[in-house]
Amino acid sequence: MNRPFAKTAAPVSVRQQQFLLAHYRHHHLISLARLILLILFLGIWETSARMGWIDTFFFSSPSGIIRYLYEMFLEHSIFMHIGITLFETILSFLLVTVISLVLATLLWYKSSLSEILEPYLVILNALPKSALAPLLIVWLGTGTNTIIVAGISVAIFGSIISLYTGFCQADPETLKLIYTLGGSRRDALFKVVLPSSVPLILSNMKVNIGLSLVGVIIGEFLAARRGLGYLIIYGSQVFQLNMVITSIIILCGIAMIFYKLIQSAEHYYRKKY
Amino acid sequence: MHPLLSLQDISYAYHNLKGETPALTNISLQVSEGEFLAIVGPSGCGKSTLLSIIAGLLIPESGTIYYRGLASAEYHQDSILKIGYMLQHDHLFEWRTIYQNVILGLELNHALTADNITYVETLLKDYDLYAFKDKKPSELSGGMRQRAALIRTMAIHPELLLLDEPFSALDFQTRLSVSADIAQIIRKTGKTALLITHDLSEAITLADRVIVLSRRPACIKCEMPISYPIDRSNPLAVRCTREYQDYFNHLWEVLTDEPSIC
Repeated sequence: MNRPFAKTAAPVSVRQQQFLLAHYRHHHLISLARLILLILFLGIWETSARMGWIDTFFFSSPSGIIRYLYEMFLEHSIFMHIGITLFETILSFLLVTVISLVLATLLWYKSSLSEILEPYLVILNALPKSALAPLLIVWLGTGTNTIIVAGISVAIFGSIISLYTGFCQADPETLKLIYTLGGSRRDALFKVVLPSSVPLILSNMKVNIGLSLVGVIIGEFLAARRGLGYLIIYGSQVFQLNMVITSIIILCGIAMIFYKLIQSAEHYYRKKY
Repeated sequence: MHPLLSLQDISYAYHNLKGETPALTNISLQVSEGEFLAIVGPSGCGKSTLLSIIAGLLIPESGTIYYRGLASAEYHQDSILKIGYMLQHDHLFEWRTIYQNVILGLELNHALTADNITYVETLLKDYDLYAFKDKKPSELSGGMRQRAALIRTMAIHPELLLLDEPFSALDFQTRLSVSADIAQIIRKTGKTALLITHDLSEAITLADRVIVLSRRPACIKCEMPISYPIDRSNPLAVRCTREYQDYFNHLWEVLTDEPSIC
């Protein structure tokens, strides 16, 4: 079995030790460089603010943001805003995942249906989804429903197209195997197309979580009284740039956590299969 | 008594917007029970199309297939299980263990009975794969993978085995031993087999009869029964016989003699 990093009882040669050392050193250097870049950026920002090179009213400062974040933690309001945005994003993401999987499966199953719907899907995918927001507000009112639909609308069409394209790339010879063993198109779907598409589904989920977050924030800009998107738009209207930048930084954290969670699922799958 | 398989005037053409591409023209042949028939022909001549038609995956534009004297329209609905198909690559699913791979056909046909499971386990033991039944396909060698693919085909108790260049993806050395192994297994179990290959040596070494097809649109150019004075279990010994040389020279002449003489 091919497991290059599996631990074995065999003694490690000097050249292998040198290779491992160089490998780990390279990785540590990369991590260190990333950290230095962040510290440098924050340092220059903070210094510029303290020295008066930039106007803190417009650009804020790292210490100002930390102070503001601490105040918000004390009054607990930030938890409510983060919670609302998280709830809307996760719900949009789950709905996008399920709906796009079901629809892509249907399109694969009925090829004539995919031929009919293809131009509509391409047009809807290319449409800037923010253009739909005023319509959604008129149809669904202001509130959670509109925001979740906005979150879904940003990711769903691209997700369907990407999954359907992936399903169509299933190896025709492997599908032939199913038919020669007496299987049906349904068997081909459940035994070949879906299992072989798990890596695609996972990478599609990685894209969708980011897009759902984008959609939810667009929705909160226009139709919310709570959530990080609302804080950003409200902060910019009342010139509280600390509020805006703090919310953006929290959003970065949320996006990173979501991405890492799906990446872990992907690693788990790759390790298992 | 009817032959196991009989093809009468089978023709087939592929159609697209640019036009029609004839693949097979008036193919007629018979395969007797327990026979090992090899069909050779140049690449792209329509060999795999012929196999797909026999397996019921394609419907011929004209002609009829009889299976034990029954027309294809009657047998494909009830007796599809009687045909086993081995493809060029093993197509073992990486997300399944070897055991889960070999029972795939039984699973698809809702035939996971205690008897069939015992049969599969016997096959795994007979073909030295029982110890690897819980491994993933990537942990097996090319020859072992091909044996697992054969067990997957045999598990559904086929009466006719269709072998679509099953050894062509293997390296020469593995190919020689695996093809001899699989031919032995087929002979020992008394299965009827139809091997498609573009390798003339392989066809002459393994089969009881060889049919040569012409370039596309394929028609039968020549049929030749094959027999040797020695045991066939050693492919290298077979290839050293005078009979092998004679068969090879004659069939090579037919194969390279274009335009078609059929």
